[in-house]
Amino acid sequence: MATHTRYAPDRGLSVRMTATMFLLGLVFVAFVALIIGIMSATHQSDGAIIVVALIFGGGSAWISLFYSDKIGLAAAGARIVTPQDAPKLHGIVDRLCALADMDKPRVAIAPARMLHAFATGRNSKNSVLCVTDGLLRAGLTDAELEGILAHELSHVAHKDVQVMTVASLLAIVAGLLVRFAFYSELFGGGRRGGNNSQAALLIPLIMVASALVYAISFLLIRVLSRYRELAADRSGALLTQNPSALISALQKVSGSMNLIPKQDLRAAEPLNTFYFAPAMRLHGEGGGGLSALFSTHPSLEKRVEQLEKIQRELGQVGPGPRGLE
Amino acid sequence: MGFLDTLLGRTKPVQPKLDDLFALPSAAIQLQAATGFVPTGSGSVCFRAAEGKPFADVQNEVRDLLDMDADKGTALPVEVTKDSYGYTWLVSNHLSDEVEALVTDLHAVNSALVDNGFGPQLLCTLVAFSDDSHRRLALVYLYKRGTFYPFAPLNERQQERDNALEFQVKGVLGDELKIEQDVTRWFPVWGAPGL
Repeated sequence: MATHTRYAPDRGLSVRMTATMFLLGLVFVAFVALIIGIMSATHQSDGAIIVVALIFGGGSAWISLFYSDKIGLAAAGARIVTPQDAPKLHGIVDRLCALADMDKPRVAIAPARMLHAFATGRNSKNSVLCVTDGLLRAGLTDAELEGILAHELSHVAHKDVQVMTVASLLAIVAGLLVRFAFYSELFGGGRRGGNNSQAALLIPLIMVASALVYAISFLLIRVLSRYRELAADRSGALLTQNPSALISALQKVSGSMNLIPKQDLRAAEPLNTFYFAPAMRLHGEGGGGLSALFSTHPSLEKRVEQLEKIQRELGQVGPGPRGLE
Repeated sequence: MGFLDTLLGRTKPVQPKLDDLFALPSAAIQLQAATGFVPTGSGSVCFRAAEGKPFADVQNEVRDLLDMDADKGTALPVEVTKDSYGYTWLVSNHLSDEVEALVTDLHAVNSALVDNGFGPQLLCTLVAFSDDSHRRLALVYLYKRGTFYPFAPLNERQQERDNALEFQVKGVLGDELKIEQDVTRWFPVWGAPGL
């Protein structure tokens, strides 16, 4: 059977994502090497601080991954709805899951006025897809709502919660090390007691290195997050074959962010990661520079630009518009 | 999905499995013998229309192809309807005892879409049955899984389905058809045309 597909993979996106993850790995390895280097240079055998940070960091990352569905639902105040409660929503998700041949996540509704949807959960069997009341009542067409749900289902299919948890492990460990080093500087002076003059340098050095690593990995994680959003947009649009609806949904949802919010936006901030569009902007729409650097989501223009590329592919005659990229 | 695809955030469009559909005619006989349900002669293919002209062209081509049969007087014309979820249904109507011709028609739609690279758009195919007491039953074929499941609507407004009948059918046809074992995938197709 012919199994050709009409779509060339987006090589550029794959390359950029690989480079980001490679850099993250590189920073992690360099960080560990640096800590070991500092330890051995100062003849300090007390490497316990790193082990403790790794155990604490890994443990907390694992717990937040394992309970991500419960944490996400509780933070949003969402409740799971049955097909009887929300037939349309379930109907759309049922069909998208059948098209994509994936397990159906649980469906939840959060009583918030903001226009949001998010997906979370440690694996496809335990994932949950949540939309806000606001989104359901925003007057989106069914096709636009479907576009948003397809985007969220793509996050589940791409295992974005797992990927981002692993990616953020480095930042967590580095952040913990800064804190541990700071406390042991405050309280541990006696224990360290003058066996080596270099030892006094150890703690500040670890602090500086950790803070630096934390900053770099934070930026890299944000870069990765933006690429994962673009990837979810792309997969979502290819699933519904209707990039135009996703574009108009994006316009409507992003546009509504400029309206005066009815709820404290900071309340929604912890959940931002896999929201359809982020609740908080550092300064306004489409800002370049700092806001683009720190944002978890790509700018509206970038997302629309990518979807327009898929629109053009759909307008082309014949399978496989390869070599046009 | 492979590890690399996860890492790079890619999904490959899922290609449909078409061949298991041909198990339907013998399953229909088995179903009639065991439960009294007979095919109504109506069957449909449900797919997600893509935006853009190429897909519209393919869709018209398929329709013309099936209507040619109707011109020859061997079948009724094909109906095209769009449901409230934005999916397109091509409904082919035959006589009750022409399940094989019906399956051939459905297969023609499938292969036309697959040949033009739109295979991932296929959602499900539905063949309708009814019994003497006018109970309705559909066998739904999931293209991506290559499996069937029964759907017996009772009351659309209250979203009631006859689960007992569905499990009875599952038991009866277990040897004839590949039945979808994961019942969470037995999604209801309320208001499906031809049912």
